Amino acid sequence: MDIRVNVREAPGDCYVVDLSGEIDVYTSPKVKDAVGELIDRGVYHLVINLEKVRYIDSTGLGVLIGGLKRVREHGGSVNLVCTNPQIKKIFDITGLVKIFGIFDNEDAAMKALV
Amino acid sequence: MNPAVERAVPELVELRIPSRPEWVALARLAAATVANRLHFSIEEIEDVKLAVAEACTAVIQHENHGEFIDLTCEALSDSLRVRVHDSGRHGTSASDSRAMDFDEARIAGLGIFLIRTLMDEVSYDVHAQLGTDLLMVKRLTGRPE
Repeated sequence: MDIRVNVREAPGDCYVVDLSGEIDVYTSPKVKDAVGELIDRGVYHLVINLEKVRYIDSTGLGVLIGGLKRVREHGGSVNLVCTNPQIKKIFDITGLVKIFGIFDNEDAAMKALV
Repeated sequence: MNPAVERAVPELVELRIPSRPEWVALARLAAATVANRLHFSIEEIEDVKLAVAEACTAVIQHENHGEFIDLTCEALSDSLRVRVHDSGRHGTSASDSRAMDFDEARIAGLGIFLIRTLMDEVSYDVHAQLGTDLLMVKRLTGRPE
């Protein structure tokens, strides 16, 4: 079980973080490091693509919430791309759909960045 | 063959894993396998996986957790009963009072909320010397009676 993280620059002052695999208590530090590194470099507009994520738990949600909190301090935003119904369900029941922009594809998530 | 006939219940699966993050995936896989034997839906199996992972994660993130986590999955005719046991000693020393910071507490709360939401019954038994048991039940109907 592992998570693969790929960071790529997108048009504008925006970066896309592609995640693939499972985000849990073991793998979430890797995601936290990748997102934290971008924010430390002054990247405050992020799209995190969860299309290839098969599983996420509260530690993964915590990493996303932590990233959002940090970029918002700088007027930034984090949008998510998520098509997996089970993962969408977790965002739904935890109420996180209200604080993240969640989109079905990357283009929509990019266009909606503040 | 009718799956209900094919299945001999109750069945018991026990697993002991080290209380470390890299082993949580095995615990959730084991629970998912038992849930699959009971013919839960894919969505319900995912619920069980997440609840078991959250329970194990809660143990690991506790300051005084034991060396191992014991997972017991019991396949009954109408439900799956999962017990997560941590032999760590709780509530008996000054170090237990270590305050979580706000973010830790928030995420821990999220995990407990998920367990309570995804499973039909959840109960705790905290014993100072014997450790902590978390018992979770997922009914095949998906709804409490």
